[in-house]
Amino acid sequence: MTDLTNTVNTADRAEVADTASRDRRGASSIRMQGLRKQFGRDSIALAGVDLDIKAGEFFTLLGPSGCGKTTLLRILAGLEEADDGQLTIGGKDVIDMPPHRRSVNTVFQSYALFPHLSVRDNLAFGLRMRGEPAAERNRKVAEVAEFIKLGPLVERRVDQLSGGQKQRIALARALVCEPDVLLLDEPLSALDAGLRGQLQVELQRLQKRLGMTFVFVTHDQDEAMVMSDRIAVLDSGIIQQVGTPSEVYEHPANAFVARFMGHDNLFAITASEDNWVDTGLGRLQLDPAEQRDTPDGWLLIRPETLELGGDVPADYNRLEGTVEERLYRGSRIEYRLTVNGHPLTAVAGNLGQRIHDVGDRVTIGICPEDLVRVAA
Amino acid sequence: MLQTSQTASRRHAVVSETRHLLFTVTPGAAWIIVFLVLPSVYLMAVAFMTNGPYGLPQLPLSLNSFEQLAGVGFLGWSPGNLYTLLRSLWQTIVATGLVVLVAYPIAYYITTCRARWRPIMLLLVVVPSWTNQVIRTFGWMNLLAPGTPLSNLAEILGLISPNMGLYPSNFAVTLGLVYNFLPFMVLPLYAAFEKLDTAQVEAAQDLYAKPVRAFWNAVFPQTLPGLLAGVVLVAIPAFGMYVIPELLGGGKAMMLGNLVATQFSGGSNWPLGAAGAILMLIATFIGLFAMRRIGKRLGGGEEVVI
Repeated sequence: MTDLTNTVNTADRAEVADTASRDRRGASSIRMQGLRKQFGRDSIALAGVDLDIKAGEFFTLLGPSGCGKTTLLRILAGLEEADDGQLTIGGKDVIDMPPHRRSVNTVFQSYALFPHLSVRDNLAFGLRMRGEPAAERNRKVAEVAEFIKLGPLVERRVDQLSGGQKQRIALARALVCEPDVLLLDEPLSALDAGLRGQLQVELQRLQKRLGMTFVFVTHDQDEAMVMSDRIAVLDSGIIQQVGTPSEVYEHPANAFVARFMGHDNLFAITASEDNWVDTGLGRLQLDPAEQRDTPDGWLLIRPETLELGGDVPADYNRLEGTVEERLYRGSRIEYRLTVNGHPLTAVAGNLGQRIHDVGDRVTIGICPEDLVRVAA
Repeated sequence: MLQTSQTASRRHAVVSETRHLLFTVTPGAAWIIVFLVLPSVYLMAVAFMTNGPYGLPQLPLSLNSFEQLAGVGFLGWSPGNLYTLLRSLWQTIVATGLVVLVAYPIAYYITTCRARWRPIMLLLVVVPSWTNQVIRTFGWMNLLAPGTPLSNLAEILGLISPNMGLYPSNFAVTLGLVYNFLPFMVLPLYAAFEKLDTAQVEAAQDLYAKPVRAFWNAVFPQTLPGLLAGVVLVAIPAFGMYVIPELLGGGKAMMLGNLVATQFSGGSNWPLGAAGAILMLIATFIGLFAMRRIGKRLGGGEEVVI
């Protein structure tokens, strides 16, 4: 009895490993060069995009609405034609290839499930169009239904499902085709916060397990940071920065990226001398690595790096400010301060230390290494 | 005391509900009884009576009218009425098919237009039907008569014999039917197209469907409810059409509607006319039933026709 179970388990595991390796072999890199796209006379969606996405990477295109991220995704899918530029997927030139010939599948923002088909037929659609034999098709659909835990839902009609279930099915419908690249166009934006957080984790796990190249589009910087291996931040059809979540968050390439990543504490640099800069807050010392010859750009102070009250070490920058507002967020406390008439936000973890009241004068300690210069 | 008042109020509620029901249901019910049920009963009764002087129905009850309808007369059996029935069916099928072929691209085209143009384009489709049908049919007579440019063109192309004209003919009847019923197909198809999410077409292409297969697998099935609704709206009135075959067929292309009408006027045989009307009703019900079955099969078990 025990033996039998063991054998089954081993067989199962072997099959899973086999599936995984097969998928990993399928993962493709993407290379974009000089991609341009214009709608009408004066609406430029993409103004020359160069981007390399590695095979098996979870890559996110992040930006505000109208920044060109969805257009870029649609060009990858073949649903939109670029005006100019090169695109290779897995080393193959696909720029003139129609969508039905690309080994790329998309999870659409609206899910775009076929309402006239059952869940099963939705899942089998891509395989059927690709002409796979029925037996193979049924096996793969059953496998993916199991994988994504759809269970008895497969017999239902699409309009009888909840948003979260539809989202799963849209994902499964794309995954079952085992594409080289999976494109996801804000697939979580229609879901409530709880489900969204849960699916973010699931999607990321799934991608690691399959080793497939994922290109994910979102306007939510938290989502992008949680899920991605690397992020490209777009604005007005131009890539502003490409990097890992920590690079983009901690060292934004310019003021736009900094603001988009949620930073409020940006101060114009009026003068700089060696590793000292003058800002509205006062004169601050930076890490020598941040030294620049020109006084341009902005100084970024991350709110969570500020130390309020208590003693300030000698090599720290020391400021004094007044608490204007206090926002209690449970795990952390957010203070809105004014320093020399300039607003400054600080966030302190709720570790049981003294909580400052509105109107309190507090000392602010800033480690020079936490200060980052940001280009304009 | 309390209980009594409760019972009283409950009784009051029941009474007011009944009165409410009476007020809302009565007008509709009266309408249906006076204008549908009673005439139908009368028609049935007439159909089973015997033809009397001046074509008026009289007793005794008999199946004479149905025998005549089947073509049995003094001189034995003649297939005239059977031909009329078959011609009606054929004209209906051909005209409905052509209407579908013409209306489908029109409806699709309108949905691709800018939102503010769409109501205007729909209006352009519908406006002709605001003119009296007889007048419009006379218009077609003038367009298709012998010696008109269209007839001359058809003659040059060798489609018709010299000096015959496109009217009167079966072709003219078909054309008239297609023209007349086009809006009834465009509107439900437009509604179906309007509901369609264009992302689904993209999803189909993304899932390896070539454009033609994307249409048949993703678009067409979703417009099917609209299409079938349109077929019902076109085929049923076309089957019973009187004016168009009367005017454009020139007596050579009689349909069932004309047969019935003749019996109530010149032909003077009310029981035969009533029997013809009943035949039309039965044929219509069979057609509707078939459409429902087809709709259910194609619509994945959902009720898509009426």
